[in-house]
Amino acid sequence: MSLRDCKKDFPLLVAGEADGAGLVYLDNASTTQKPASVVAAVSEFYETANANIHRGVHSLSERATEMFEGAREKVRSLINAKSLEEIIFTRGTTEAINLVCSTWGEQNISKGDEVLVTALEHHSNFVPWQQLCHRKKAKLVIAPIHEDGTLDMLAFEKLLNEKTKLVAVTMMSNAIGTIVPIKKIVQKVKEVGAVTLVDGAQGVPHMGVDVQDLDCDFLAFSSHKMCGPTGVGVLYGKKALLEKMPPYQFGGDMVKEVFDDHTTWNDLPHKFEAGTPDIANVIGFGAAIDYLSQFSFEEILKHDQDLVQYAREQLASIPKLQLYGPQDVSLAGGIISFNIPGVHPHDVGSIMNSEGVAIRTGHHCAQPLLNRLGCNATARISFYMYNDRTDVNRAVEAIKKVYEIFKVEV
Amino acid sequence: MDMYAENILFHYKNPLHHGELERASITVADSNPLCGDKLEIGLQIENGKIVDAMFSGEGCAISQASASMLLDEVIGKSLDEVKGLEKQFVYDMLGVPLTTNRVKCALLSFVILQQAVNTFES
Repeated sequence: MSLRDCKKDFPLLVAGEADGAGLVYLDNASTTQKPASVVAAVSEFYETANANIHRGVHSLSERATEMFEGAREKVRSLINAKSLEEIIFTRGTTEAINLVCSTWGEQNISKGDEVLVTALEHHSNFVPWQQLCHRKKAKLVIAPIHEDGTLDMLAFEKLLNEKTKLVAVTMMSNAIGTIVPIKKIVQKVKEVGAVTLVDGAQGVPHMGVDVQDLDCDFLAFSSHKMCGPTGVGVLYGKKALLEKMPPYQFGGDMVKEVFDDHTTWNDLPHKFEAGTPDIANVIGFGAAIDYLSQFSFEEILKHDQDLVQYAREQLASIPKLQLYGPQDVSLAGGIISFNIPGVHPHDVGSIMNSEGVAIRTGHHCAQPLLNRLGCNATARISFYMYNDRTDVNRAVEAIKKVYEIFKVEV
Repeated sequence: MDMYAENILFHYKNPLHHGELERASITVADSNPLCGDKLEIGLQIENGKIVDAMFSGEGCAISQASASMLLDEVIGKSLDEVKGLEKQFVYDMLGVPLTTNRVKCALLSFVILQQAVNTFES
């Protein structure tokens, strides 16, 4: 199926079109809209199959368990993991990263060790490691970027050494769209024997991933950035590593046997899933994966990059507009960060909103990156599969309105 | 759009009391994590009265205009008068409709001002 007609599958976007002033939703790096099939899967679960999982012997519980575990298989297949034991459901990317930090990190990082991240990281793949390094008297090393926002691979390779124990790197910058050469990074990291954690929050929804091909140790990503419900994320981990890690949280479902003085842990992946998970939304995520499977990630990435190319051409005609990130669209995903001189991005966002265009403004939870780019905040346009050139045109018109209201001298 | 009325844009582009206050009795800075606005306010206080005030930092039109207008209002006021000010005072002063998220921008200078007065007194 072609992406061309997919906008109609998203009720929120269609509802806006009916009154002639359709919402132009360009905040997809924050969260994407949900197709009708995902919304239906969640409500259908509540209406026909709602029960707690794994414990009940009644039919309803068995049905709920089958649906929940069915979603796990869909995730496994999506990222081509070897086994279901390697797929852990979390609340989101952030919790998935924190899980690794609190378990593997606490166990394996010690004084004098180095954790290597890049200047492109989202706070959720930066602050946990920074704090772990503080606790352990280890060193957080930050690989630099070039002026155009691409990763300085030469510097990255030089920073890798025998002290490096973990490399935590994003696939794609959420703030400026830079695509990181993740496969090359994983290969280089293997040479020094360190563990790799890949932040796939942007990369998985927009490029897809094959964890066996990539050969990373951990991968974290979220449902809600790829047409699925909020409140659900995934931690992929290699089985050998997961088996050695202590539990993350304690409670129901993660135990095998509890005695007065000790407890034995459940098998993978349940060892890391304490308490009742977000059952309905995990099932909804399964429906989102089904929806996405009609298309290919090559097609989605090409679509995003074509829109960025078109938008950059349109924006080039607007004087003084400052664009961040790689100019070569093949080096970035569907994200454009920009600033208008003399106008705070927040004001840009407010005015664009009044023109029916939803964008994100601020530091995008990437303050170390923005500091390096020499700004406190940017306005950010981010695309997904349902956006089209009309959306870009509307955004460009809205930006012109900002110039008009703020009387920006051109 | 209503939020960007003449007065807001005027104060944003031509802020009053903008800069560092050399003879400040107290200086307090804070930031708004939503938009990354950073604001610092210095107050010169004599005999329980604000005799001069300046602000510095960067931010959106709402936070900058609000700081400019607020400091102009409170210079000459006693500390007790300033402590008695309500948020509504800021909304009335700005006189433009604010969306939920932008209320924080509008109140940033107000919050810092109250903090400065309270810190000075303790």
